[in-house]
Amino acid sequence: MSFWQLYRRNKSAVFGLIILCLVFIMAMFAGIVFEDDPFTLAGKPMSAPGTNGFLLGSDTLGRDVAAGIAYGARTSLLIAGLATAVAVFVGAVLGGLAGYYGGWVDDILMRVTEMFQTIPSFVFAILLVAIMKPSIQSIIIAIAVVSWPAVARLVRGEFISLRNREFIQACHTVGMSDIRIMVKEILPNCLSPIIVAGSLMVATAILIESGLSFLGLGDPNIISWGFQIGAGRTVLRSAWWVCTFPGVAILLTVLAINLVGEGLNDALNPRLRTRT
Amino acid sequence: MSQNTKRVRYVLKRLLQAIPVIFAILVVNFFLLHLAEGDAVDVLAGEAGSATPEYMAQLREKFGLDKPLPVQLVVYLKNVLSFDLGYSFRHGMPVTELVLDRFVPTLLLMVSTIVIAVGFGIVLGLLAAAGLNTWKDNLISIFALITYATPLFWIGLMMIVVFALKLRWFPTSGIENVVMFYEGWDRVKDIAHHLVMPTITLSLFYLALYTRLMRASMLEQAGMDYVITARAKGMTERRIMFVHVLRNALLPVVTMAGVQVGALIGGSVIVESVFAWPGLGMLAYEALFARDLNLLLGIFLLSALLVVAINLIVDIIYSFLDPRIEVS
Amino acid sequence: MNTSSATAPLLEINNLYVKLPAGAERSHAVEDVSYTLNNNEILCVVGESGSGKSITARAIMGILPAPHVHVDKGKIEFNGEELTTAKESRLREIRGGEISMIFQEPMTALNPVMTIGKQIDEVIRFHTKIKKRDRRERAIHLIASVHLPDPEQIISSYPHELSGGQRQRAMIAMALAMEPKILIADEPTTALDVTTQAQILKLIKELQQSHDTGVLFITHDFGVVADIADRVAVMQHGKIVEIGTTHQVLNNPQHPYTQSLMKAVPSLVPPAVRAISEQQELAVNKLTKTYSSGGGWFGFGAKARVVHAAQSVDISLHKGETLGVVGESGSGKSTLARCIVRLINAEEGSIVYNGVDLRPLNRAEMRPYRSKIQMVFQDPFASLNPRTKVGRIIADGPRILGADAADAERRAREMLNLVGLDDRAFDRFPHEFSGGQRQRIGIARALAMDPEILVADEPVSALDVSIQAQILQLLADIRERLQLSMIFITHDLRVAAQVCDRIAVMRLGNIVEMGPTSTLFKQAEHEYTRELLNAVPGKDWRPQASQV
Repeated sequence: MSFWQLYRRNKSAVFGLIILCLVFIMAMFAGIVFEDDPFTLAGKPMSAPGTNGFLLGSDTLGRDVAAGIAYGARTSLLIAGLATAVAVFVGAVLGGLAGYYGGWVDDILMRVTEMFQTIPSFVFAILLVAIMKPSIQSIIIAIAVVSWPAVARLVRGEFISLRNREFIQACHTVGMSDIRIMVKEILPNCLSPIIVAGSLMVATAILIESGLSFLGLGDPNIISWGFQIGAGRTVLRSAWWVCTFPGVAILLTVLAINLVGEGLNDALNPRLRTRT
Repeated sequence: MSQNTKRVRYVLKRLLQAIPVIFAILVVNFFLLHLAEGDAVDVLAGEAGSATPEYMAQLREKFGLDKPLPVQLVVYLKNVLSFDLGYSFRHGMPVTELVLDRFVPTLLLMVSTIVIAVGFGIVLGLLAAAGLNTWKDNLISIFALITYATPLFWIGLMMIVVFALKLRWFPTSGIENVVMFYEGWDRVKDIAHHLVMPTITLSLFYLALYTRLMRASMLEQAGMDYVITARAKGMTERRIMFVHVLRNALLPVVTMAGVQVGALIGGSVIVESVFAWPGLGMLAYEALFARDLNLLLGIFLLSALLVVAINLIVDIIYSFLDPRIEVS
Repeated sequence: MNTSSATAPLLEINNLYVKLPAGAERSHAVEDVSYTLNNNEILCVVGESGSGKSITARAIMGILPAPHVHVDKGKIEFNGEELTTAKESRLREIRGGEISMIFQEPMTALNPVMTIGKQIDEVIRFHTKIKKRDRRERAIHLIASVHLPDPEQIISSYPHELSGGQRQRAMIAMALAMEPKILIADEPTTALDVTTQAQILKLIKELQQSHDTGVLFITHDFGVVADIADRVAVMQHGKIVEIGTTHQVLNNPQHPYTQSLMKAVPSLVPPAVRAISEQQELAVNKLTKTYSSGGGWFGFGAKARVVHAAQSVDISLHKGETLGVVGESGSGKSTLARCIVRLINAEEGSIVYNGVDLRPLNRAEMRPYRSKIQMVFQDPFASLNPRTKVGRIIADGPRILGADAADAERRAREMLNLVGLDDRAFDRFPHEFSGGQRQRIGIARALAMDPEILVADEPVSALDVSIQAQILQLLADIRERLQLSMIFITHDLRVAAQVCDRIAVMRLGNIVEMGPTSTLFKQAEHEYTRELLNAVPGKDWRPQASQV
């Protein structure tokens, strides 16, 4: 069966993919639908949804909530995507080396990841952003720093279980180089768990990013969902919509990515395929 | 070797393993302190308004900031070991004192959250696995899926809108109603009343996590050979589920509970700031705004220690659940 | 006919069909199966993997993996009582009470977090109203009856604290707790070493006789059948092809399938001695490999465990010779093989090939010799990269040796033909092949390097007996044709008898005895060798290999 046929069998994963596509489209066309910068004051402050030309209302300064959500999608996807890419790359390289060679490389990596398991990662991310000053780069770095150890542990485990398989031993007996064994023989066999973990990590990264910007640690020049909610919480009593809609956006996006991740898992992991 | 000696050795070994981790955290903490732009003297000088370069140099010398980095590290480690985490210039108090002050409310929130999240997570996961693919399972799974995707602070805010502002069931913020001057049981009840919403908010995400994990773990264990053996012995499905499968399925959940404690503290920063719960998280939020990095690092350190401590408790629990604990 | 009369069989299966879920290889796991089991009788159901022998047993117990697999048609009568339509509550009484079952892998079949005592106690508690203290006494008595030492200690142990053989004994004690009328044993000795297997078989026979139990014994091993069975049923593709007394089936099989199986079982009598050249090709001297585990970063509370996988091992291999290395699990035979092909670095000794000591060579220095000593692995499923096409798996070796792409491909196709596979295999993935075909691919990969010496690590032990015979034949052909020398690692003395010119017997990292195969089989010197030979299942039975 083709990959798509396998994926399609999980209905909720298809649903997730559709939502995710919509979020992507929203991010892409944000500039066309809402021509103005989302920070501009577009009209009467605190307008309820559907009034004064605001689909989802306006906030305390008269900024369009809907425009913020559309532009915020860009921020979320950009930061989460890049941070995950960095984390997966670093984690896969370090985890792969540690798993393949074992010994002191592995010992050190294990201590480091243990440390990361111990320190509260969100607090660590807060610290990093606070020290580096809030900006897109610092947020991406902070999320990547707290995310890579999980990938490293995963890849290390896969490499350890694969490195002693007979087909890898067979590669040694024909004299294949280590780098080739790692890249061409082992890595293709652990791509599926890496892809699945990566996709779920994007969801977590969105949550971390929104948490950071909710606490006021977002890039001050760029709109984001967490920032919108943080800015609206003071008027929770009088203008519930300011907080509510960006939250729904986060919820739907993260949910969609989780569903896609599960769908990938089902499609890529033949062991679980038979389970109903 | 008897099971008890094995257990004691296992726990001691885990305790010893925590030492390098704590050391590494201290070193990371120290370097973060240095990465931070400027030092305490800048802050102090800034606070004072005008300070001459001579005066600042004098201050630096006083704090030992003119020494080479390794020396400073040693000084820092020494200070930490004597419970000296520096001084918060904003609060005009030693960090240790400030942090310890706020420790109890956080611990209260953490413990109640862990109990609820793990407890209900296990029960819900069990129910879902027991009624696999029935409406019960589907409902629980959908609930878990959605809460797993919802940001904590948003749940908190929505709960405030619904349960505090509209329904007026719970207070919006704080740990107690100070103006009432409650004492004894009344005070306990008041605090418990305030605790409900923060706990639920913080629990939901982890509740979803443990539910999913428990369900998956039950299903995995249900496919094991020993289940077939138990069936061949004439055991009822109920007994197989609740005696044989359950205990084996708990193992990864307990392990995960330990792993997630760190994340829980991260979550408490958000939840405390949403509900103005006067714990470490709230303090961190305030420190963030005041750019009081010294304090922030102190909180970071203490929360890491808290994780180590809770992990140790989890290890002890685990050693009772799994006889296969390895000593070597 | 009165079904409850004394002469009626204990268990009677009539025209049983077990349905498989849609999309499975065949529609029914079991088709039209009928057999009976009498009191005080051991019936062996024998067949290769996928023959449906285990499924039948599970159908009797009513523990088929419902709802996907279920009884479609047919009857299972136990003492005149129909089981396929019995109520679940009645079935629960029967299970563990009147019919009980033991399994292949006692480690996974026992609950890892429950003590042995508690797992036995559970059975007694469920089927009787005996008080706790008496139950404990009975459990201790049961443990003693399966000849486990120190029963008091055993009942408070967890499964992981016992050895494989001890676990299986505990499993048997548990199964016999209620003195069942029928014991179903599903490959109970397959996961055990040969000496342990002999002990467990003896125990089952002994308990069966003292309790008048009817035993349904499922196995793939005709040696075991010869040792233990009163009657035999042979299954193939879900059907019974032949059923009869052990003597009839083993010595005078009627069905062609049974005949072919009999022919595939290697004889314990070694064939005529081959002439071997005097030229020594490989000499392993004082080879030592030690594994240590534990200790960790802070040796606290942990004593490093040291395993001497090979202790000063000496072997030599002549040109064109096949040297068998025989031993039970943990004997170090696989470690020895891996040291010779330099997958593992031995810490002491020498591996002299054509006058060069290979042991101290580093990667680059080793390169010219790599291709000369090649390996064939045990597990046909784990030894081929599932994500790589067969052609590349074979051609990779020649490519590394410096052949260009076209030459390497030509060589790979040549090798596929040599091992009896179609050219079209070149562009397929490993999962499209059966176990036997995969093993052929593994052999082709080794041969593509143009080796002088082939180190085969249990190359047939994961295969069914008929496939095993084909692969052994292939190895023998290739050995002749390419003048290969071979080191053949195996735990199976039957295979060793047929394949090897000389045999080295290993135990706990030492070679206890080495000599020409026929001598070793006739007059073993070392006590352990004799013990091994005595433990071979069905040693007194001579499969009539010559008979067509």
